[in-house]
Amino acid sequence: MLSLGIEGTAHTVGVGVVEDDDGRCRVLAKVSRMYHPVKGGIHPREAANHHAEHLPGLIKKAFEEADVEPGEVEVVAFSQGPGLGPCLRTAATAARALALSLGKPLVGVNHCVAHLEIGRGTTGCGDPVLLYVSGGNTQVIAFANHRYRVFGETLDIGVGNCLDKLGRYMGLSFPSGPAIERLARKGETYVDLPYTIKGMDVAFSGLLTAAQQYYDKGVRIEDVCYSVQETVFAALTEVTERAMAHVGKDEVLLGGGVACNRRLRSMVKTMAEERGASFFVPDDSLCVDNGVMIAWTGLLMHKSGVRMRVEESFVDQRFRTDMVDVRWRR
Amino acid sequence: MAKVEQVIYRGAEAEIIKSTYLGRDVVKKHRVPKGYRLPELDKRLRMHRTREEAKLMLEARKAGVSVPIIYDIHLADATITMGYLRGSRVKELIPKLSDDERRSLCYAIGESIARLHNNGLIHGDITTSNMIFVDGRVHFIDFGLGEVNREVEARGVDLHVLMEAFSSAHSMYPDCFNHVFEGYTSVYEGDVMEVKKKIDEIVRRGRYR
Repeated sequence: MLSLGIEGTAHTVGVGVVEDDDGRCRVLAKVSRMYHPVKGGIHPREAANHHAEHLPGLIKKAFEEADVEPGEVEVVAFSQGPGLGPCLRTAATAARALALSLGKPLVGVNHCVAHLEIGRGTTGCGDPVLLYVSGGNTQVIAFANHRYRVFGETLDIGVGNCLDKLGRYMGLSFPSGPAIERLARKGETYVDLPYTIKGMDVAFSGLLTAAQQYYDKGVRIEDVCYSVQETVFAALTEVTERAMAHVGKDEVLLGGGVACNRRLRSMVKTMAEERGASFFVPDDSLCVDNGVMIAWTGLLMHKSGVRMRVEESFVDQRFRTDMVDVRWRR
Repeated sequence: MAKVEQVIYRGAEAEIIKSTYLGRDVVKKHRVPKGYRLPELDKRLRMHRTREEAKLMLEARKAGVSVPIIYDIHLADATITMGYLRGSRVKELIPKLSDDERRSLCYAIGESIARLHNNGLIHGDITTSNMIFVDGRVHFIDFGLGEVNREVEARGVDLHVLMEAFSSAHSMYPDCFNHVFEGYTSVYEGDVMEVKKKIDEIVRRGRYR
């Protein structure tokens, strides 16, 4: 079965084409463009305009890369939420137009669930606890009682958002994660920062303020980045371990843009090893937002019998992970 | 003679070791070092949490709530040595009780929680697994997620955790939490309606729906 997916929840617009290879996801096409704000953070309308401008070309390119005719695609999937309204509506409009013109079924996909499913589809893990870390989202997700449930999450800002805000404050470009990671490698001295965990939840705004104050006081930018990474990632690893102990699972999966960070990966891997669990992370290009994960999740949903009429394909900016009826895992 | 020590429980953060101390049966709660954390941060966290937990247990005792006796605290090793409680976990006890016994046990649990709250203490993880019934009294263990906090929000969350625990572990006895709240009401010194409203609000929040 062939599926095409369109992702457009925030700054990335992407199109993916995938095929079901006996339960594993085979990627046939993976194309994307990223909106870069001239200054500051993401402007939702500007990002949506960017997506609208690039989508026709990306869809064409995806078909070329996959080397398939548009008519061969059996389902058209799109990111239904959560995300920025204008971006979601742009991606959904493109998906509806494509599905209607090809006469193919349409399916809306939960973006957070897609991050988990692409991990299961490409890394070989079966029933993991997912640490999903990106700009807007920070959640610890696991399958329980027929749903993907959120066992822990941020109480204030997403971890990527925390890194971006700090980066912007220190004059780094958006997104700041990669630059912070490079600078952190040259860090030598750890400065104390707030480490906020409540049960299985985390919070970062206090740490952000404290880090900005260190920078103002003249602490080397390398040491600020190093200390922030060590503290923030340790807190994320700790809540992930708590969730694993709580739900009794022995696989851990990373997802989201921040999962590209090598230090975070090594911490979660060490944690997994210490408790005799297995560690999984998809390819970098499948950690960041991408159309492939939408195509793959849409394929799973369609095969399990999920059907959606165009009239019911409203986007949902606050689409919660645990609202999805996970029919394909029974 | 070599001392016999045995790990009886391994959580995400700590291991619980059965041992002896000056001839008495004890358990040691040892917060284990985490290899993924920077050693200096790891040490700071484990020492801080050990100290906070011991302090909270002491404060709870002063507030009139039964907790294990602390015999020793080894900060550098992040270990608390406390008396071994020879009794039954409330989680296993509840299904074995008559309706009246269960009612009075729940009432007593509520009274104890109110004593904690009256003194600005939050347990942080009130579940029936963290209560042990010994000699007619409910003892509270594992203050690892506790804090000193006088806000209604913290009290509401504290009680809500127990409410959730009852609904998942003891769903066949739906009245348990009501009995807890009756006991709580009889001892709580603040405005109990405020706490009740807070719990209702927490239930309505997306996360918990």
